[in-house]
Amino acid sequence: MTATTTPYDQLKGPTAVRRLLAAPTAGPLAALLLACVFFSLTTEQFLSGGNFSLIVQQVMVVGTLAIGQTLIILTAGIDLSCGAVMAFGSIVIAKTAAEGTLSPLAAITLGLVVCGGFGLLNGLLVQMIPLPPFIVTLGMLNVAFALTHIYSAEQTVTGLPAPLTALGETFPLGRTDITYGSLVTIALFLAFAYALSSTSWGRHVYALGNSPESARLNGIRTSRLTIGVYTLAGLVYGIAALLLISRTGVGDPQAGQTDNLDSITAVVLGGTSLFGGRGAVLGTFIGVLIVGVFRNGLQLMGVASIYQTLITGILVILAVTVDQISRKKAR
Amino acid sequence: MSTDTSMTPVLQARGLVKKYGQVTAIDGADFDLMPGEVLAVIGDNGAGKTSLIKALTGAIVPDEGEIRLQGSPIRFSGPQSAREHGIETVYQDLAVAASMDIASNMFLGRELRRPGVLGSAFRMLDKKRMREEAAAHMADLKIGLRSLTQPVETLSGGQRQAVAVARAVAWARSVVVMDEPTAALGVRESGQVLDLIRRVRDKGMPVVLISHNMPHVFEIADRIHVHRLGRREALIKPSDHSMAEVVAIMTGALTVKSDGGTVVTDADAARAAGVSAH
Amino acid sequence: MPRNHHAVPTLVRVTACTAVATLALTACGSGSQGGPGDGPVKVGLITKTDTNPFFVKMKEGAEQAAKDSGVELVSAAGKFDGDNAGQVTAVENMVNSGVKGILITPNDSKAIVPALEKARAKNVLVIALDSPTEPQDATDALFATDNVKAGELIGQYAKAAMTGKQAKIATLDLAPGVAVGLQRHEGFLKGFGIPEGDPSIVCSQDTGGDQAKGQTAMENCLQKASGINVVYTVNEPAALGAYTALKAKGLEEKVLVVSVDGGCTGTKAVKEGKIAATSQQYPLKMASLGVKAVADFAENGKKASGYTDTGVTLITDQSQTGTEAEDTAYGLENCWG
Repeated sequence: MTATTTPYDQLKGPTAVRRLLAAPTAGPLAALLLACVFFSLTTEQFLSGGNFSLIVQQVMVVGTLAIGQTLIILTAGIDLSCGAVMAFGSIVIAKTAAEGTLSPLAAITLGLVVCGGFGLLNGLLVQMIPLPPFIVTLGMLNVAFALTHIYSAEQTVTGLPAPLTALGETFPLGRTDITYGSLVTIALFLAFAYALSSTSWGRHVYALGNSPESARLNGIRTSRLTIGVYTLAGLVYGIAALLLISRTGVGDPQAGQTDNLDSITAVVLGGTSLFGGRGAVLGTFIGVLIVGVFRNGLQLMGVASIYQTLITGILVILAVTVDQISRKKAR
Repeated sequence: MSTDTSMTPVLQARGLVKKYGQVTAIDGADFDLMPGEVLAVIGDNGAGKTSLIKALTGAIVPDEGEIRLQGSPIRFSGPQSAREHGIETVYQDLAVAASMDIASNMFLGRELRRPGVLGSAFRMLDKKRMREEAAAHMADLKIGLRSLTQPVETLSGGQRQAVAVARAVAWARSVVVMDEPTAALGVRESGQVLDLIRRVRDKGMPVVLISHNMPHVFEIADRIHVHRLGRREALIKPSDHSMAEVVAIMTGALTVKSDGGTVVTDADAARAAGVSAH
Repeated sequence: MPRNHHAVPTLVRVTACTAVATLALTACGSGSQGGPGDGPVKVGLITKTDTNPFFVKMKEGAEQAAKDSGVELVSAAGKFDGDNAGQVTAVENMVNSGVKGILITPNDSKAIVPALEKARAKNVLVIALDSPTEPQDATDALFATDNVKAGELIGQYAKAAMTGKQAKIATLDLAPGVAVGLQRHEGFLKGFGIPEGDPSIVCSQDTGGDQAKGQTAMENCLQKASGINVVYTVNEPAALGAYTALKAKGLEEKVLVVSVDGGCTGTKAVKEGKIAATSQQYPLKMASLGVKAVADFAENGKKASGYTDTGVTLITDQSQTGTEAEDTAYGLENCWG
């Protein structure tokens, strides 16, 4: 701030290239590309359309969960219940449809409502009581887990009507088979990337994560926004439930037990700050692909699966460290 | 600046009372802000100036008394309702979103959408127009910044303050209230913020300035509202009194008479404040 | 220049990420061999988890057999007991990497079936180890312990040991709906010669096969019913948990604990008298038979089929008349984990 006015030469906003380089997703993207190059050089099967399609298909469930997780983490919250809520949603959909209680479409709708309801409940408890998100969702994790096992009577649900697994079907694109479900996941990522970057709602989510008090003083209805974000995340988990069913072809009460931590891993690897207010949902997509590429690549190399866990652990610590350092620098 | 008493005050309060159980935070306070002036509100810690300001900006609803805006009685249900009536507040912590850029902060909570279907159906923000308007506001106040797309957290304290002030001025139609705008700043940056306040006043926007810093108050204020024990103790011009006298009024050692003169009510306290008993 | 504040961390981030990614990869990639196609025949082994000693032993057996048959073993595992999604992913990746056959201990006997069907459609030989899929013919073959028989052996043993005494039985089971646990339980009752719901069964609790939960379950049973003198446990960790609970009450001498598994820790516990008898199973054998079956298939196109019992032996140092058993010296020689 000086008395002399300087010309506003930056009015156009940053160029696309500059924005990409400055974005918190630059590091994760570089890591992903490097991993791809490495696996392409060390294995013969890695670099193929079919294998990439497979990787995306393998990460579509956790990836979809991670979209909801990103929304919540951007508000400086966290959701430990996402995997359990998804599992409950998938059992509700699978069981009501397989037993013929509901038509497939009604079963899917009910699943979405149930998952959205869990999100709403999370949001209400976080906002209204208020309680720390960690505790609320830890409790909800156990509630949803228990309901899944009670409702399913520990039985895997088989014999699902065809519409429930339709998203697991593939169509050929050139010589590569693409799963419909992958497209759903990618479409969701793009939709939320748009909503977060180019609508008022998105700006308010970031502002809320920066400082709820500042957001409130700027006229943002923070209670409604918080509850809305948790509910929306729940609905996204409902979509993940449908994708899960379509991928495995059954309703599995044991599903999703580590997906809460896996989705947080993807969010953190994608450069979104656990302290809220900074990050991007496309970063999360990169994060989830990093996990998928390492798992697939190491498997193709014949490296035991425990090393994936080792590498993922190192990458997570690294990503959080970088986040901390960049936050300190910004201060 | 003219403070002709025949003009209608922009913001006025009479007999405000706010009680929290046994504690009386506002005890029949009056308040007058004239068009185009910088009114400093000073008072000892616990004098109740924060409560007064909160009542005037809608953050608390007083139990008794009347607030008038441009001469008409008004009730604020919350900060948002005060904002809607053109009263903007620059909070002490600035209430900015640190990771967001200047233009985004300027329009936070009041974003502009693209015209046509992009805006109505897709809710798409008009980022270009927001940047342009933000730039215009900054230029209007002669605030020079390299880029409007850098995150606010990368700015210095004074620059952040400037952004918060520019935002308030951009949206204020009646009053800008600033809570301790120089408290966290060094000497040079404080001077820049005081310059900025002057420019805001020169645009014709009245400013309520809450401050502890007596030299800053004397440098910039047209009038000083001295708050003590939950009510207005005195409303004076800085030219009529010394800094020591104002401090003495604040602490209750001096009392202002209706003709503008002062009487010593507590000789010891007055001596401690550096005012000699006449 | 404020913009630099933002650029620096990005640069740090990029460099740091790449550095570690490369390091990590070179470190653990060094042991691997080249690609598929004309390379050696690949055999995939997918265990329930890669931390349980049972599966560690299974993997050892598979590695040894792979070396003997000149094939390459690739392995993967679920992240936790019950993780179906992780196993599905492993199946897909293995099929993609061109394995000739997959050996799998399914975490979910039903949920894994669609993934296995897809693998078999690509002419991959699929063999279930340790526990069957539902339906059992979703795999080409099953190499497993007969869990009913494993239960039966310790049931018969307990029956013989309790001759002339009124038995009061506690059963420490696995979990509802899990076939292995149900079969062992059923076998035990059959061997003991009592039906389900017999009044001599005074307490039944789930342990998840976990030592701490086994202890809690035993404590609860002791609260619930007095005079328990036979404890059936689904596996040795549960048995050791039960022993701890019994010892705390000074009951360890008065109660007969029987179990299933034959792990080295469990077999030692038999030697020390903490567990009276256990039914030993042979994961190493399951795996080595599996690898050989895949190697055969690669060589002459013959697919293994049906159920192969990999055997079970009663291990005890206090043998009872009328039951066939080996002593703990034999047990320790053949134990796993």
